[in-house]
Amino acid sequence: MLYFTSAVVIIYVFWLVLSGHYTPLLLAIGAVSSLLVVALGTRMAVIDREGHPIDLLGRAVWFWPWLLLEIIRSGLSVSKIILSPSLPISPTLINVQATQKSAVGLVTYANSITLTPGTVSVEVEGSEITVHAITHAGAQDLAGGGMDRTVTRFEGAKE
Amino acid sequence: MEAALDILSWLLLVAGGLFCVIGTIGMLRMPDMFTRLHAASIIDTLGMGFLILGMLLQAGFTFVAAKLIILAALVLLTTPVATHALAQAALHAGIRPKLSYDETGGHIAGEDASSNS
Repeated sequence: MLYFTSAVVIIYVFWLVLSGHYTPLLLAIGAVSSLLVVALGTRMAVIDREGHPIDLLGRAVWFWPWLLLEIIRSGLSVSKIILSPSLPISPTLINVQATQKSAVGLVTYANSITLTPGTVSVEVEGSEITVHAITHAGAQDLAGGGMDRTVTRFEGAKE
Repeated sequence: MEAALDILSWLLLVAGGLFCVIGTIGMLRMPDMFTRLHAASIIDTLGMGFLILGMLLQAGFTFVAAKLIILAALVLLTTPVATHALAQAALHAGIRPKLSYDETGGHIAGEDASSNS
């Protein structure tokens, strides 16, 4: 019920922002559409924690700014590599262990790795992620597990 | 105030454009498909981010700003999926990255050791 309600509310707000028209008729059509979409989603069994992890919203407040800082930091270092005449890359393939318990957490970790310039997750199996990094130092940094711990903290202790 | 906001917004837009150019240069300079992916990810994180920040300052507190934020969120949520799909597909098609260091010991997650060559 929590997931149903929050999905309806979020989709309705999304619709309101994109529409920009506030006559009673259009507001009603939007409400009915949101309800219908979420009802269909419920029939498809995608309105659950995995499809709509709304409980992460509170922790997203610190996770997103942290991730954005990481992106800027590594983006600048990859930019520096690109602009260096000698192109100092040392491509590395490495397996890192993921400590997240849920699929949502694992996807968040793998996507955070990919979103950060300089590292791309190429394969995920179980709790092992194969990562391609543009520098050996970047791979070592990731293997240190700092990002893994932060994502696990973001995921929370839920099974 | 208005002028200061405009100047800041221009600076952000120029920075965004600059990172798009850097990403493109990187895609041309990198030696193989996997390293090119890293260069491309500069474009859809820093390039996109600074361009949208600059446009946000031009938009002010309007619906356009809300839509720009939704757009940024959409790009940030979908590009890693696309990048991962591309990298995985390349690996499955038998394209091996040119490596300086292979620390997987020949074992790639989800593959038998025998299928690696």
